[in-house]
Amino acid sequence: MAVSLKINGENRALEVDGETPLLWVLRDDLRLTGTKFGCGIAQCGACTVHVNGQPRRACVTPVSTLEGADVMTIEGLEGPEADAVRAAWAEYDTPQCGYCQSGQIMTAAALLQRTPKPTDEDIDNALAGNICRCATYVRIRKAVKAAGERLEG
Amino acid sequence: MGIKGTTAAATLLAALAVLASACERNASEPSAPAATANEVNGLKTPAAFAAIEGDEERSAALFTELSKVMLHPRCANCHPREGGPTQGDDMHPHNPPAVRGFGMGAAGMECSSCHGPANVEFASMVGSIPGAEPWMLAPESMGWAGASPAELCAQIKDEDLNGGRTLDDLVFHNTEDHLVNWAWHPGEGRSPAPGDQETFGALTAAWAAAGGHCPAG
Repeated sequence: MAVSLKINGENRALEVDGETPLLWVLRDDLRLTGTKFGCGIAQCGACTVHVNGQPRRACVTPVSTLEGADVMTIEGLEGPEADAVRAAWAEYDTPQCGYCQSGQIMTAAALLQRTPKPTDEDIDNALAGNICRCATYVRIRKAVKAAGERLEG
Repeated sequence: MGIKGTTAAATLLAALAVLASACERNASEPSAPAATANEVNGLKTPAAFAAIEGDEERSAALFTELSKVMLHPRCANCHPREGGPTQGDDMHPHNPPAVRGFGMGAAGMECSSCHGPANVEFASMVGSIPGAEPWMLAPESMGWAGASPAELCAQIKDEDLNGGRTLDDLVFHNTEDHLVNWAWHPGEGRSPAPGDQETFGALTAAWAAAGGHCPAG
């Protein structure tokens, strides 16, 4: 089926099986490999992107549901929240192996767009669906909190 | 060994003969209906209660029956009394951990982060993620997981708790609401609620028509 959507600000016309998960299209067809495959069942958060500003697990998002959608991946993420998160991520040396980080950052940016000064509880609740195999959760929480403070400053 | 083997083979042949006989019968007869006049997929219809003469007693019995749907995990998992949603027929805590938040999850991990407008079968393994529009928790005042039928009845009749719904509104909701309908179309890997929405709605209508009485606690 034909699907027209915007990915990272660019109009795209796809000709794909409508049941194909967005993650497959991003990685295999468009070579946007910053979004990771982790579990394929919306349990780990590695494939998190934004669809119309909403965090969304790309592994369980059929492209047939995305006609006219505005999809943002880690490659296209921008804005004050994204800048603050990136700076804080570097400041705290947040990633270890890094595999989960694009998903973590996409969720963190979405949280800050909604809650610019999140509490530890806000952060834990928002990122509960983003698993880090290296268990860098403490650094992630610190970085998100610092990003919020950076946004305020 | 030989005798045991012979006995086992005879037993197997007998079983196959019975099965073949059953298949032949099924081939020549209409397929067995999933419903009888008084029951649909494990849920009794209002007709099953027609012999109860007293309105109050019949109404209470009708509610006890329809409560089997509302207390079923397909419904009750998203009607928690406290905390976040639960999952599975054993109603274990939602994984990944999910909180009620503003009713549609936490900021940054809303229900719609994973649940779309329809069920989606996994691309890489057997199973599915449930979905409907909008996928959300019931309000806290409509949390009833673990309630008794009597408690549930009192709760859903209370217009201060149920969003100001009258009995007629409840009948309409149970009969027509598409999120309610999901309970019978839960997707790969989940057991549906008993009955079907038509029977559930009919039970609700019969309960309301008989006075909307509650079962004894």
